[in-house]
Amino acid sequence: MNGHHQALALALFSAFVAVTLAITTWVSRKRHGSAEEFYAGGRLFSPMENGFALSGDYLSAASFLGVTGLIALFGYDGLLYVVGFLVAWLVVLFFVAELVRNCGRFTLADVVAARMRERPVRIAAGTSSVTVSVLYLVAQMVGAGSLVALLLGGTGEAARSWTVIGVGALMVVYVSFGGMRATTWIQIVKSVLMLGGTVVLTVLVLVRFHGNVDDLLRTATDRSGHGKAFLAPGLKYGGGWTARADFVSLGLALVLGTAGLPHILSRFFTVPTARAARRSVVWSVGLIGGFYLMTIVLGFGAAALVGPEALKKSDASGNTAVPLLALDLGGGADTTGGTVLFAVVAAVAFATILAVVAGITLASSASVAHDLYAALRRPGGRQRGEVGVARVAAVGIGVVAIALGLLARDLNVAFLVGLAFAVAASANLPVLMYTLFWRGFTTRGAVWAVYGGLVPAVLLVVLSPVVSGSPDSLFPGVDLQYFPLRNPGIVSIPLGFLAGWLGTVTSAEPPDEAKHAETEVRSLTGAGAV
Amino acid sequence: MQSRNGRSPVGGGAAEDLPEHPAPRDPVPPDGGQGPAAGYDDPWYDALAAGWAEADGAGLAARAVPAPRRERERGVAEVYLEVRSSAAFQEVRRRYRRFVIPGALVFLTWYVGYVVAATSAPGLMARPVAGAVNVAMLAGLGQFLSTFLLTWAYTRHARLRRDRAALDLRWSTQELTRSSGGGQR
Repeated sequence: MNGHHQALALALFSAFVAVTLAITTWVSRKRHGSAEEFYAGGRLFSPMENGFALSGDYLSAASFLGVTGLIALFGYDGLLYVVGFLVAWLVVLFFVAELVRNCGRFTLADVVAARMRERPVRIAAGTSSVTVSVLYLVAQMVGAGSLVALLLGGTGEAARSWTVIGVGALMVVYVSFGGMRATTWIQIVKSVLMLGGTVVLTVLVLVRFHGNVDDLLRTATDRSGHGKAFLAPGLKYGGGWTARADFVSLGLALVLGTAGLPHILSRFFTVPTARAARRSVVWSVGLIGGFYLMTIVLGFGAAALVGPEALKKSDASGNTAVPLLALDLGGGADTTGGTVLFAVVAAVAFATILAVVAGITLASSASVAHDLYAALRRPGGRQRGEVGVARVAAVGIGVVAIALGLLARDLNVAFLVGLAFAVAASANLPVLMYTLFWRGFTTRGAVWAVYGGLVPAVLLVVLSPVVSGSPDSLFPGVDLQYFPLRNPGIVSIPLGFLAGWLGTVTSAEPPDEAKHAETEVRSLTGAGAV
Repeated sequence: MQSRNGRSPVGGGAAEDLPEHPAPRDPVPPDGGQGPAAGYDDPWYDALAAGWAEADGAGLAARAVPAPRRERERGVAEVYLEVRSSAAFQEVRRRYRRFVIPGALVFLTWYVGYVVAATSAPGLMARPVAGAVNVAMLAGLGQFLSTFLLTWAYTRHARLRRDRAALDLRWSTQELTRSSGGGQR
């Protein structure tokens, strides 16, 4: 890539950073440091604003870079991701958005703790939320790294590491100084930019094929080198039973994980009522669905116009398909159009990463300060102290994410996000469902449900081919591989539900009937909601 | 219990004729001081005002109930137990479950079926339909379509069949918890 790309992309990205920093400053000018303000942005966002912010939070580098890359390289099997990512929102809409808005304050643990003994469930739910967030953060960091590697060409390693560090530092600034209000506005700006960019690219792809989708699919098929198989499932997840089980596992994790993602749950507290939460989900389903439909066109477009060899040469797991497609659509590497479009897309991808990273960092710092710290500290602390802790926690989480991001840089981003979803579905969803819908659920059941999903999920990932035992693992030299699947969902999600049930039926303490009545009434009517 | 007898039929009635109610955005003069936590630009706020001014009795009956003079925590717990066993709440819960349980069964079955078909019956999925479009493509787009449709159906159901009754319950419950022990939060 030549100097023009770099200069222009950096200029655009700097503009985005400047705008978002201005937002952060402007917002924090009138901040009064309350927890309500820091975690929930004062709860006064409109459904449309929150809908855009939700889609901004959800459509990460995994979607913009990772999924399009998978579609471009593996055809239909990449599309299966997209379907899972979208259908998941029905779980959120039906079971989570309104009910959680009605009976929680800032985090998942609030919902559970309202029915149970507070300390153990806060520690459990806080731990699992932080784990999910860190995994998700790593995926974004890897995305940032591969984007920079593309942008700076062969000058590679050092620049890549510095980008990851820079992204981490910026996110800490946003979160610590701006809290939820700044983070939400950054999400909205980013969401509009990304949707706009995607619309432009989609239109250009369709124009290139004169609006003939059939022609687009045929060209992609011919060029992929896989023939007809490119448009049918099985290229990536076909073959042996492990690959197939792996795919079913991923499918379950995607659909059930969204409802347990801490940064998505915390968004529902930024609107005033359950009805507003519902309407924000409707907005986000529309935006996300539209975006993914365009992603499919972009993925096949990249396969047809750029071709798999060029894609693989640039990034082995396909993360750079969209920027390369933009370069081609603009007229090629040596034209002004190509340069401009490439720079715009790269800047949008950066903005995406930055915004999502800020959203997750905020959610996980809330888990640390509001759940873990609040449960572990000595009584008598003040609320002011909690927000201060959250700011410090943001720094700590940033450091961890940077370190892991540097370590995991060769994995596909969409795949890494799949892992985060699996952990969320195993550890957070069972406890949430039981709390909202099971009359006999007890404190022990809640604690077991969290750890019973979290520990197997993490352990199975550690023992999977992702970490060791195969050439593309994190530690190819070591062999700790005892679990054949790359995604643990199919085992760990049922284990989470099972552990919750087991903990409940074996607990000596009877369920608190009045607390259950309170949760049920509050979740469906909104009585006493903050 | 006095309050249960007082509220149930009224609340149930309000839930029954719910679809005939005007849209909650009718310009009714707001009933000052009744919106505790909500802001004024809150969509519930208008609905609240309309609900009170319509005098269908749900809120009024609740207000007329004498406050139980008990210890605070206990009082609040009693209120929630009582509201849960009221006919009005049971109706709201029944309507919610009647929609989400079959709805969730439909979309989960359809999605799991799709994933399993994609992994175990690639031959079927690869069958061409028209041009380059095959069964797998249509099934994928079908998932998009069904998601959009169910989202629309859920919100419509919630808006027409649940919101009004839930809102009435919200205010009457809050009124009861307040009078039984200084309220919540």
